[in-house]
Amino acid sequence: MLSVRGLSKTFGPKRVLDGVDLDLATGESLVVIGGSGTGKSVLLRCILGLETPDAGEILWRDRPLAEGRAEFMDEFGMLFQNAALFDSLPVWRNVAFRLLRQMPKARARDIAVEKLARVGLGPEVADLYPAELSGGMRKRAGLARAIAADPRVIFFDEPTTGLDPIRAATINELIRGIVDETGATAITITHDMSSVRAIADRVALLDRGRLRWQGTVAQMDTAQDDYLRDFIAGRARPMARGPALDLAPDPTLGRE
Amino acid sequence: MKPVRLTGRAAIGLTRMIGRVTIFAGRGLARVGAHPSELARQMLHIGWLSLPVVGLTALFTGAALALQIHSGGERFQAGDVVPAIVAIGMARELGPVLGGLMVAARVASAIAAELGTMRVTEQIDALVTLSTDPIGWLVSPRLWAGVLCVPVLVGVGDIIGIMGGWIIGVQALGFNSTTYLANSWAYLESWDVVSGLIKGAFFGLIVALAGCWFGMRAGGGAAGVGRATTNAVVAASVGILAANFALTGLFF
Repeated sequence: MLSVRGLSKTFGPKRVLDGVDLDLATGESLVVIGGSGTGKSVLLRCILGLETPDAGEILWRDRPLAEGRAEFMDEFGMLFQNAALFDSLPVWRNVAFRLLRQMPKARARDIAVEKLARVGLGPEVADLYPAELSGGMRKRAGLARAIAADPRVIFFDEPTTGLDPIRAATINELIRGIVDETGATAITITHDMSSVRAIADRVALLDRGRLRWQGTVAQMDTAQDDYLRDFIAGRARPMARGPALDLAPDPTLGRE
Repeated sequence: MKPVRLTGRAAIGLTRMIGRVTIFAGRGLARVGAHPSELARQMLHIGWLSLPVVGLTALFTGAALALQIHSGGERFQAGDVVPAIVAIGMARELGPVLGGLMVAARVASAIAAELGTMRVTEQIDALVTLSTDPIGWLVSPRLWAGVLCVPVLVGVGDIIGIMGGWIIGVQALGFNSTTYLANSWAYLESWDVVSGLIKGAFFGLIVALAGCWFGMRAGGGAAGVGRATTNAVVAASVGILAANFALTGLFF
């Protein structure tokens, strides 16, 4: 359904994406993991047309995405890292933003309240402004906005960042539930391994602008790739993986 | 050769910048009527809510101008020209320029801060993902609100400024109320007022354009938004003064 071919992007001297290839089947949930600054967000931004790639192409339904971007966007929803709700609009107008162009206000509001209920927010939230919501509620409202128009493709940008473990687990469950219910194709970028296990059909590891590894969650747990194993276990590695550092404990520490 | 090269490079950079700003403004103005509800909201913010600050500025300026003209005019027995000079000065110059500068301080900063915050919190990216053109939704209503509202503010400011001069003239300088008002209108030509209103439309565009341009390009978190706000106010203020000189030369 969505394919990325040889995608490259450079900012000044830094090559952020270096020939990335990806394929997503309809209804598949792909989770892209990788350290900070490895190009995960830039990958999403290139697909959305928010950045212009230096090389490569993106295909949607076997056609260059650039030729049918408006059509793609009409079937697209996204949950941003900090929800990116519009501060000047009440929550229901945020959720119904796209719907208000397609139907009468009352109908759009009804759907917004229904979508808010789907993510566990009551109708009393509808008339609040984003500044009046907690971080977790903002994420949920952002999720409601992402699914308001029943999109066929949904992107989740670090959906659990800044949330406590219980709220993060709730968001993960919601995302998985929504993807299963709607059959939408999803790309999630995250550092959070609990999100990976809850959301992913397939996992892709991005490292220094390249796709280093990809496979299912079960394959991920038995993979032999050192970097992937360290990433999963949350083990410290030498920054930028240059010359190896001696990470053995300093024998002088702890002595009286 | 180095100074020549540097001058050339600066000139090319300036030309390129002017071109980009012009295209940006053109795209914004071309989307007229795309979102009427947003235009109404911006007209409320830029026009109606600027009325107190523009009105007070005009009132004190008109009053101070009356005192100055009376004091200066007395040196050559021309104190009677106060009503006419206040009216012409407010309509042609002080109403549009000071009104524009006050709107610049209040509105350019607010637009740059709002759009800059939207930029750094990904709200502008969110608009794109919701199939909404940020230029049509954010920039166009603000540009048109500036163009439409600032002339109205200037017109109201002209009246309040003349009233400020009248209050001082009658209460402190010994003018007869009826004579003061009659002299104010007697020497005022319609072009004095119309030229000031046209200036107001240009100044409104400059203010909104500076706020939108710097706000939409903000980056680097809170510090970036702060820089965008400062740059917008500076650019709008200098732009108003430069445009005022150019328009005055063109009109008179």
